[in-house]
Amino acid sequence: MRTCLVVDDSSVIRKVARRILEGLDFQIVEAEDGEKALEICKRELPEAILLDWNMPVMDGYEFLGNLRRMPGGDQPKVVFCTTENDVAHIARALHAGANEYIMKPFDKDIVTAKFQEVGLI
Amino acid sequence: MTPSDYEFLRKFLKDRSGLDLSADKQYLVESRLIPLARKAGLPGLGELVAKLKNGTEPLAAEVVEAMTTNETFFFRDKVPFDHLKATVLPELLRARASRRALRIWCAASSTGQEPYSIAMCLKELGPTLAGWRVEIVATDLSHGVLDKSRAGLFSQFEVQRGLPIQLLVKHFTQVGELWQLNADIRSMVQFKQLNLLQDFSHLGGFDVIFCRNVLIYFDQNTKTNVFGRLAKRIEPDGFLMLGAAETVVGLTDAFKPYPDRRGLYVANTARTAHAGAASAMPLRIVAAR
Repeated sequence: MRTCLVVDDSSVIRKVARRILEGLDFQIVEAEDGEKALEICKRELPEAILLDWNMPVMDGYEFLGNLRRMPGGDQPKVVFCTTENDVAHIARALHAGANEYIMKPFDKDIVTAKFQEVGLI
Repeated sequence: MTPSDYEFLRKFLKDRSGLDLSADKQYLVESRLIPLARKAGLPGLGELVAKLKNGTEPLAAEVVEAMTTNETFFFRDKVPFDHLKATVLPELLRARASRRALRIWCAASSTGQEPYSIAMCLKELGPTLAGWRVEIVATDLSHGVLDKSRAGLFSQFEVQRGLPIQLLVKHFTQVGELWQLNADIRSMVQFKQLNLLQDFSHLGGFDVIFCRNVLIYFDQNTKTNVFGRLAKRIEPDGFLMLGAAETVVGLTDAFKPYPDRRGLYVANTARTAHAGAASAMPLRIVAAR
């Protein structure tokens, strides 16, 4: 079973994402900020990462930069999932190495479509 | 709703739009038409049926529009667009190299995501199509969805269903909480009102016809009739794209499946010479559009 790391400081969002992604046959690992997510990735890289932007300690953008610089860090498919719903943020995320971008609020159809788009389903 | 009102509406909708409702779809009719009846100031469906029987045309058109299903999204099902990019366009670019013209028809284009997805696929070809005359004709029964299509404005929810984020950034502009397709993509598509039950020979011939997820609502005879008339509108080496749940098998021999490309069909040239008999469905009530 493939693993998806869900990184979001909101436990509600993590719970919703877990429910959707478990329905898509992913095993879920959770982190509440970028720093904790990076620690998890250093131990074992997941196949997919659903990533919030604004979080305490280390935000999603900084996490993504660190991830992509790690050995093998170019492998996980990263899907941003954020309330930053403007072109400037989307362009920044893509430039930093995001594979897809979900604008909150989201639902199962959107997550499924985005994961299909990057070849995770 | 009384059984006789339901029977009237079933027949009315089939004559008007081809929609083939089974006997157990009263709930669907009620859920779509009760709000319409209230909006028209009528107490219920009985009164709505009475008005339709008196031939109130604007209301009749609204009833048909309310019963149409407009589910669509960008690059829906993905595979047809992979076929378009990997098989259809390369073959047509070779075959039309001297004519340098392509005509594509989206029959039942709903709110525009399908023709605009095709337009974006073509745009991605870049200089390959420089100097070509490319026409995308998109038709639908409903004036309401055509108006929305022409505006090219989509909600955040709509642009997240099937549209790769790179294409959103490249081809859309944020307008408040909505996203608008840029003018260069919008201008590639001509939208026209059309009832597939009626004659569509005036549209001319096409190299590719997308007719996806509309024939599923028609009965067998109507499907066969429409296939027969589509066959006359498609170039001998053209392509027909159907929805994932649709097939020509058992309905027509005017088309045959393209090998290993699910949903993609080509003219059955062995049969085409004899496919001249199909004409528009006889409409009991002629739409005044």
